[in-house]
Amino acid sequence: MTDIATYNFAYLDEQTKRMIRRAILKGIAIPGYQVPFASREMPMPYGWGTGGVQVTASIIGPDDVLKVIDQGADDTTNAVSIRAFFKKVANVAVTTETAKATIIQTRHRIPEQPLTAGQVLVFQVPIPEPLRFLEPRETETRKMHALEEYGLMHVKLYEDIARHGRIATTYAYPVKVEGRYVMDPSPTPKFDNPKMHRSPALQLFGAGREKRIYAVPPFTDVVSLDFEDHPFEVQTFDQPCALCGAENVYLDEVILDDHGGHMFVCSDTDHCEKRREEGHRGHLSPETMEPAE
Amino acid sequence: MTDEPLLRVSALSKFYGSRVGCENVTFDLWPGEVLAVVGESGSGKTTLLNCLSTRLLPSSGTASYRVRDGQWRELYRMSEAERRFLMRTDWGFVHQNPADGLRMTVSAGANVGERLMAVGDRHYGKIRATAVDWLSRVEIDEDRIDDEPRAFSGGMRQRLQIARNLVTGPRLVFMDEPTGGLDVSVQARLLDLLRGLVTDLGLAAIVVTHDLAVARLLSQRMMVMKDGRVVESGLTDRVLDDPRAPYTQLLVSSILQV
Repeated sequence: MTDIATYNFAYLDEQTKRMIRRAILKGIAIPGYQVPFASREMPMPYGWGTGGVQVTASIIGPDDVLKVIDQGADDTTNAVSIRAFFKKVANVAVTTETAKATIIQTRHRIPEQPLTAGQVLVFQVPIPEPLRFLEPRETETRKMHALEEYGLMHVKLYEDIARHGRIATTYAYPVKVEGRYVMDPSPTPKFDNPKMHRSPALQLFGAGREKRIYAVPPFTDVVSLDFEDHPFEVQTFDQPCALCGAENVYLDEVILDDHGGHMFVCSDTDHCEKRREEGHRGHLSPETMEPAE
Repeated sequence: MTDEPLLRVSALSKFYGSRVGCENVTFDLWPGEVLAVVGESGSGKTTLLNCLSTRLLPSSGTASYRVRDGQWRELYRMSEAERRFLMRTDWGFVHQNPADGLRMTVSAGANVGERLMAVGDRHYGKIRATAVDWLSRVEIDEDRIDDEPRAFSGGMRQRLQIARNLVTGPRLVFMDEPTGGLDVSVQARLLDLLRGLVTDLGLAAIVVTHDLAVARLLSQRMMVMKDGRVVESGLTDRVLDDPRAPYTQLLVSSILQV
């Protein structure tokens, strides 16, 4: 334990954690509102989840079980590093199983398995301001949030339809939280937007570089913006996962060779593994391939 | 026209430190009336316009506006939310430079539709149909609806800005040199268009201009400003044909004859 003693529990000092917890509590009290907070330097570059890590560090306790995913996968660099970081500085249990985790830090996905009450989902957010690319002045966007002037958000969707014939925004799809604040759900695919609606889990969002925290408390309305004649739709895939055969999940395209070979597999690795353990097979899973060899 | 004015301005002054922006301006504006504010540059025209449109807070004086339900509201006592709501529904503001009043990075259709969406319109087809209708009213081809205003000429941009402001059917429009920087033939067509729209829609307008010809064409009444004060006001034809104040006489006699 000597190497842990050189850090405070969960890396951040207690005063910082209190400051972040206050921001989180305010965020929970005003769903979807971006609370400014004094973001700290973290031992990782901006853009690698400094906001999410600070939120996780502030809420994690010795009894928590942590899962970290990056684009749905537990085994990518970012996910592995952050998991190892908390194992070292907080000595907490880690897992890759969605159901066993009490805190799930995520970069740009929500697990396929529905979350339950008591779980906390921590999002890493690069740009918390949904109006940023429409109105560059932060003073103005904050005023627009305060006065609930969200006509501009629909201008973006209008432009999509005018150009592409449909709403072409596929990720960071703006949502309205509890009928009040328009919020950027971080760059999760819009496939995951419906999962945020009245979720029993607490959802926290941390943007380290932008120094903002916001939250969606359990059982909060999260409605994706749309037009009456162009309603919100999620992505659909015309084939199931190549490894586990799952349908109605979010798939990643994986390039297999340099002859144009590719396959679509679950982006949620834990979900895919679970299904394969249960005996589900896709057309490219090793077990189905073997007899052919 | 009704018996009650739309806007009542009383002893409005704006000082920039010890410098005078505009001083002691008092007038009433009736529905459907176009008032021109003329004067040389630096005479306080634009300061007055910015105060009236609540883009600037005056140093003293009051302005009251009769909102749609007939109640009088004092402009500088309204909350910011109410003022901004008024700005995007009941009012319009046409800038001299269209880039200030347009969103240059979104299409013409979205520029026109923005106000509709801001007041809660959520039907794409209807918004688009309204945009098409308004583009044709300001003589912009329908097939330019998905182009960005960046690709438009100066005159087209100005017409687009007018369409964007008029789409919610405002009752009062502020215009700051609406024809400034346009060549004369484009100017003439724009003035024609503005005159038609103002009459058709029964708009009240306050037009700031240094061009007396614009004032003559558009307005029924005019105010002449010098050094922040109103030196003469009255019916446009009377002021231009029979100027009384020495400064107005100078202004009228300075018009270039071709």
